[in-house]
Amino acid sequence: MKLGQEGARQHWAWIALIGLTLAVLGARDSLDALMVFPDAWVLPMTDWFNAGMDVVVAQTGSFFRGVSAAMSVPMGWIRGLLQWMPWALTISLLALASFAVSGWKLALFTALATFYMVLIGYWPESMNSLSLVVMSVPMAVVIGFFIGTAAYYSARADHIVSPTMDVLQTIPVFAYLLPILLLFGFGPVVGLIASILYAVPPMVRNTTLGLRRVDPEVIEAGMMAGASPSQMFWRVRVPSALQQILLGINQTMMAAFSMVIIASIIGGTADIGWEVLSTMRKAEFGESILAGIVIALMAMVMDRMTARVATAQTPGDAPEGLWARYRYWIIAVGMTLAILLLSRTFPFLQRYPEAWEVYPAQMLNNWLTFVLVEYADTIKSIKTLSLFYIMLPVKMGLEQTVSPFSWGFALTPSLKMGYAGLALALAGWLWFCGRINVALLVAGLAILFYFGLTRLPWPSVMGVLILLAWQAGGMRLALGAGLGMAFLLLVGVWPQAMLSLYLCGIAVVLSFMLGTVLGILASENETFSAVLRPINDTLQTMPPFVLLIPFVMIFKLGDFTALLAIISYAIVPAIRYAEHGLRNISPEVIEAAKASGATRWQILWRVRLPLAAPQLMLGLNQTIMYGIAMLVIAALVGTNGLGQRVYIGLSNGDFGTGMIAGIGMAIIAMIADRMTQAYSRKVQPAAR
Amino acid sequence: MTKSHPGAADGSDIRLSCRNIWKVYGKNPERYFSKDEDVADPATLVRRIRDDGAIPAAADVSFDLRVGEIFVIMGLSGSGKSTVVRCLSRLVEPTHGRITLNGDDLLAKSAKEMIKIRRHKIGMVFQNFGLMPHLSVYDNVAFPLSLQGESKADIRAQVDNVIDLVGLRGREKSYPHQLSGGQQQRVGIARSLAVDPDLWLLDEPFSALDPLIRRQMQDEFLRIQNDLQKSIVFITHDFLEALRVADRMMIMRGGQVVQTGTPAELITNPVNDYVAEFTNDVPLARVLTAAEVADAKGQRDDGLKRVAAETPVETLLPMLAEHPDGLIAESDGAPLGLVTAQSVIAALARHSGQSADTIGQAGT
Repeated sequence: MKLGQEGARQHWAWIALIGLTLAVLGARDSLDALMVFPDAWVLPMTDWFNAGMDVVVAQTGSFFRGVSAAMSVPMGWIRGLLQWMPWALTISLLALASFAVSGWKLALFTALATFYMVLIGYWPESMNSLSLVVMSVPMAVVIGFFIGTAAYYSARADHIVSPTMDVLQTIPVFAYLLPILLLFGFGPVVGLIASILYAVPPMVRNTTLGLRRVDPEVIEAGMMAGASPSQMFWRVRVPSALQQILLGINQTMMAAFSMVIIASIIGGTADIGWEVLSTMRKAEFGESILAGIVIALMAMVMDRMTARVATAQTPGDAPEGLWARYRYWIIAVGMTLAILLLSRTFPFLQRYPEAWEVYPAQMLNNWLTFVLVEYADTIKSIKTLSLFYIMLPVKMGLEQTVSPFSWGFALTPSLKMGYAGLALALAGWLWFCGRINVALLVAGLAILFYFGLTRLPWPSVMGVLILLAWQAGGMRLALGAGLGMAFLLLVGVWPQAMLSLYLCGIAVVLSFMLGTVLGILASENETFSAVLRPINDTLQTMPPFVLLIPFVMIFKLGDFTALLAIISYAIVPAIRYAEHGLRNISPEVIEAAKASGATRWQILWRVRLPLAAPQLMLGLNQTIMYGIAMLVIAALVGTNGLGQRVYIGLSNGDFGTGMIAGIGMAIIAMIADRMTQAYSRKVQPAAR
Repeated sequence: MTKSHPGAADGSDIRLSCRNIWKVYGKNPERYFSKDEDVADPATLVRRIRDDGAIPAAADVSFDLRVGEIFVIMGLSGSGKSTVVRCLSRLVEPTHGRITLNGDDLLAKSAKEMIKIRRHKIGMVFQNFGLMPHLSVYDNVAFPLSLQGESKADIRAQVDNVIDLVGLRGREKSYPHQLSGGQQQRVGIARSLAVDPDLWLLDEPFSALDPLIRRQMQDEFLRIQNDLQKSIVFITHDFLEALRVADRMMIMRGGQVVQTGTPAELITNPVNDYVAEFTNDVPLARVLTAAEVADAKGQRDDGLKRVAAETPVETLLPMLAEHPDGLIAESDGAPLGLVTAQSVIAALARHSGQSADTIGQAGT
């Protein structure tokens, strides 16, 4: 009864919102203040931020520069060491490590992957990137481990740590670089600090999670064995949580690497990320592909090696004897000595001769040009079709998009009437059928498509999001969403936020729909699932930056390229969660449905999808998070919006602009995150 | 079924004494108790605690464990038996009450002293084994010893000893995940015995095992106990298991003690319907002994074969077939009465009739 009343109240709220929106739009010429947030109301937050930062830099600058100088010393050693080491030695040691953790296959893969870097002549750049990772991962691991442990033991620490980690992970990656750049000055140390900061959260989370998940009986057994508190921690809890902690190290490493690559946009590091970026900017796609492959291979090797360690089962028998226990160390030492000696006689083991390098960039460029010319029409029509029929209507509305030039006809008044009538009829019919929510959705979408997201009055957009937040999570969430959007308005980045929302929104909707369909197929078909899995793995381990390359190559700069890049990154969680959710349904339920005479289609729609709903919602949540993360990186290929503002702030050293845009993105990410999580909790009881 | 155990019942042979133990979960549970006074009316207090929305997980639990005795605490899930056994080693801190081990007040010990006591005096076996997944069988068993920093040779001697005792020789290098449930619990048993404890706590040790393995492990357990003569608190939810291993047992419900006594006392003399319902399914022939089916007024012909008082009816029946005139039940040489087919049937009828009555009462 109460639920019914609540529902009715919500319906009226929606109708009122739609009505008001239409009223404002009808009188939009005289209601400027509602259409575009007046400049006079915008707070000079950018200046405040800059002024504040100036003070901080003036007060603490010498301290941070000292830290920076101190850190650059060991940094220099590691760089020097990796540069000095004969390539043959580095490759052999990495291959040996791969063999030790996994076996022949991975050792071979590692050897080939690293040899590729030598072969095409990117060895020094690769080693520079690697030295940043080698330096930042141990620090991030140690820091993360201790913070995670503190959060495990103290509820108060957890209350601070957990939201801080949330924020660190939702702030767009570029925004990290800005304050660090200002505080620590230019140089590789910026990349180092940024990657430590970015890589700590997964370690913290996994440490806390691992410690929490230790079997309570194991803890009791430790207590009964008479373990003192420190024995309890180091000999019972940590070893029992080790697998999760190792998983944390794996994720930390991938995060650190991804940040190292992104940090190279500030330049001056001569690393592999810079190589990709600079060649891409010069439209030397052959070169950027070759360098991009290096990044992809490095990511894969790092991931495979650490993931293998994390998932490895304890061996069959505990090893015994000096040789059995230390054989890999003994071999490593032997190998080092042997190769160091050999490289004195055969200098090519130390420095790979340039004459032996293979650098097929020109060939790739020729081939690419050929493909682009040959399929120019197809490429162009794909791009224009999606622009005219999907992207522009959402962005600027049919009102602006439909013209003889784009759609082949003009939007006459009678067509407008027809559109409105059709939408009204459809919504009315759905309402009449009792599907009120769908009717409201149709009405809302009709308005959105006609006027466009960026041309809707700002109070309406706010109203829609606040109402959604209210439905999902009650008053508190609605209030939070409202305050977040008020911030966007007051600091004057609302238009950019809408541009981001439009691009990200389309990408998320498409990723989620496509990903769910693929996930359903994968859950039904083993072969398909087996094919899909390595592709997903690769897309997910890749630093997102690399994903831009192929799309920029074919479609050049612009929104459409960004859209495709975002989809290619954000689709992975949608697929994963859908497959996982659909596979993890108890087989008994499916059997019961079959026994009741349900067809395959009915089982899918009426049993499996509803039961998988919480997982699907989590997938949507992750899709949104991935989409927003990628949106910032897509700013590199020339999108408008918050991501671009962060990037501009970074390249101009304008802390205020960059930081405000960064906070704006974090706000959007957090609102989206809380809302989807609240919905996910809401559909949970239905699945039980 | 009075198994013999050493020592007399005069308090000097009490290993563990547990007096009026309470464990209350809720907001500041101490307010229900005053420090030195015992609770006058436990039943009323339990109701008050529940009304406040707190949970009395253990309420006024008292028992004594004699040296060399197997004391079983039996109850269904949520009856408080696991809470009680954890109070005994202070894995769970009792809210109120007294516990003494070898006459020593356990609740007065500091955390450091408690660690010492756990290292040397108490061993515990867990329902899901509680093995360290990252340690081999040998290292798991050696774990309590290695925490004390004993020398490797000492550890090896003690570990070898208990590994032989539980029959794990040859599996020392395996890891827990490579073992079956029964084998894993052998590791758990070996680990708990490695320090040669005075008090041995077993928390549903066989409940996670298959019925056949469970039976086998119970036999093993009794064999080990026959050798070691430990003082044991054994937790189970399985009434038949309790009957098999118990010298004495205590039935719990809702945190409170329902009845304490020997298995035979519980069966022949249940205090209420709750206890009686457990005894319904019990195969009487296995529980009733010669003493209980003997007819004391029967004619005592000294020519008849003599049987020990604790012989179960199960064993008597084939003997009766061979000696149709009857048998004499005796205790320490003194005859107790005449056992005939007639007296056995009468006793069985008496006991099952009683059960049938209690069912009838429960239905109304």
